[in-house]
Amino acid sequence: MSGLDASPRALVRVGVPVLIALAVLPFVAPPYQTVLLSYGLIFAIAALGFNLLLGYTGLLSFGHSAYFGMGAYAATLSVKYFKWTSMEALLLSGLVATALIALVFGFLCVRYTRIFFGILAMALSQVLWSLAFKFFWVTGGSDGLRVPTPTLLGGLVTMGTGDKLDFLSHRYYFYVLALFALAVVTMWRIVHSPFGKALQAIRDNETRAEFVGVGVRRYRLVAFVISGLYTGLAGVLWVPLNGLTTPDILHWSFSGKIVFFTVLGGFQTFAGPIVGAVVFNYLETYAVGHTVYWQLVLGVVLVTLVLALPAGIVGTALRWLRGPGHRTA
Amino acid sequence: MSLLETRALAKSFGETHAVDHVDFRVDKGEVLALIGSNGAGKTTLVNLISGLIPSDSGTVVFDGHDITRASVHEKIAAGIARSFQLVNLFDQLTSLDNLSLAIFSREGKTRRLFARADADAAVRDEAQAVLEQFAMGAKAGVRAGGLSQGERKLLDIAVAYALKPKLLFLDEPTSGVSTREKAPIMDIIAAIVQAGHITAVIIEHDMDVVFRYCARIVAMHQGKILADGTPDQIRANAEVTANLLGTQAGSH
Repeated sequence: MSGLDASPRALVRVGVPVLIALAVLPFVAPPYQTVLLSYGLIFAIAALGFNLLLGYTGLLSFGHSAYFGMGAYAATLSVKYFKWTSMEALLLSGLVATALIALVFGFLCVRYTRIFFGILAMALSQVLWSLAFKFFWVTGGSDGLRVPTPTLLGGLVTMGTGDKLDFLSHRYYFYVLALFALAVVTMWRIVHSPFGKALQAIRDNETRAEFVGVGVRRYRLVAFVISGLYTGLAGVLWVPLNGLTTPDILHWSFSGKIVFFTVLGGFQTFAGPIVGAVVFNYLETYAVGHTVYWQLVLGVVLVTLVLALPAGIVGTALRWLRGPGHRTA
Repeated sequence: MSLLETRALAKSFGETHAVDHVDFRVDKGEVLALIGSNGAGKTTLVNLISGLIPSDSGTVVFDGHDITRASVHEKIAAGIARSFQLVNLFDQLTSLDNLSLAIFSREGKTRRLFARADADAAVRDEAQAVLEQFAMGAKAGVRAGGLSQGERKLLDIAVAYALKPKLLFLDEPTSGVSTREKAPIMDIIAAIVQAGHITAVIIEHDMDVVFRYCARIVAMHQGKILADGTPDQIRANAEVTANLLGTQAGSH
């Protein structure tokens, strides 16, 4: 299931070179590319959280826009009403709000599995979307709310009078990269912990999980909240980058994107959601930039990819690397 | 001394009284066989006791506590474990991880979010030792989904055994495996049960197996207990012979 060996060495062997390459990028690539990658990394955090439910617990949520949006709106409204400027304060408010909503929604959802779980998760997320849409005097409705650039690390790092693109493509990029790395390492630990094994057991056989003494519902709820927190963290990080928070991130179609990141990259691998989110972000951005029929182009490309690579990008790559006959778990 | 007692335990499916007010007792340390033709209520009785399905009425007392309404994982914690006639395993996990999970759970370690599962040498060693006991040491790294039917059956029992239960239910441990695999599987199970002084209830169709390994036999028929005694008493019981052993001889 890990897609790699379970040893921390495997994470270090792959992770450190990637991290170095990502850290060097702002010095060699144009700022626009770095900002684009920031979006990709943020979506990757969301997908990583989503996949704790899909890949590891066996629950397909069509409602993860709720947690991305909750993180984003909690941060945005903290700026609007409390005039908070510290990114850490925004992260705190976003994560607390996401944890609460994930606890409530999760409590309702984990009573069900399969399609019932997915649809209920989606229905609940649509409630949040309609609230954000209708309460325009709070949320700005479909016009959204503008968010000024926050300060980082308790005010140590600021935009000052400098260029916003420069801030986003360097200082903020490193901020996102650091949290991304932390999120990856933490998730790696979770899925390889006894708790993570219990989730995989629930995924494989719910009845037997109960019959080895795992309280399935409670474990699912904990997984749901962790998953929501990841997606909420992504939502908060997205706010300064985008500068404008609108209800579309709460809409079910955004949940669909998170599902797609994960399936595209390969939900049966640890790294799949990360690669899928980054690749999808590039595909979408270039499709939008090059043609007015971008949705058609994107659709065709994605359908082709999924048909050609049913195990996802990472799953297929691992199969090639290991040769035929090697177990992919 | 009784470890488990059911009193007037009942379950109906529509008009069918699958388990019809059954008083069933298991004593500490015994290996008991539960026999009966298909539909006699053996598996339903075990399902009620282990908590897979809720009972309609009656009580289950285990180790001095009323556990009639306890959840499955509470019953596991109390010390009741079971294997399944139709194997229930974690198919994408390796044999070793299937067992490790049972051990982690038994020790309350599945709440550990950030510990490395593979780094817990005590659990890994114990899981490997259990695999060896079940003659599956070489299969540690194989996913459960990739094992043969006989191996899956053994692993299913090993997972229940690894919980170190006070009472172990084995639901048709040799059903669905080839005749060639049957005897070795039963020998392994019998050796482990005897060596560990485990209290076990074995549901079994194969009368050779029952008479060879079990000191006490409870025969069920149409949801009720028909007879309860030693193998010799059961063999001599005319009602059992007429209702069960006769048809068994025909069907095997």
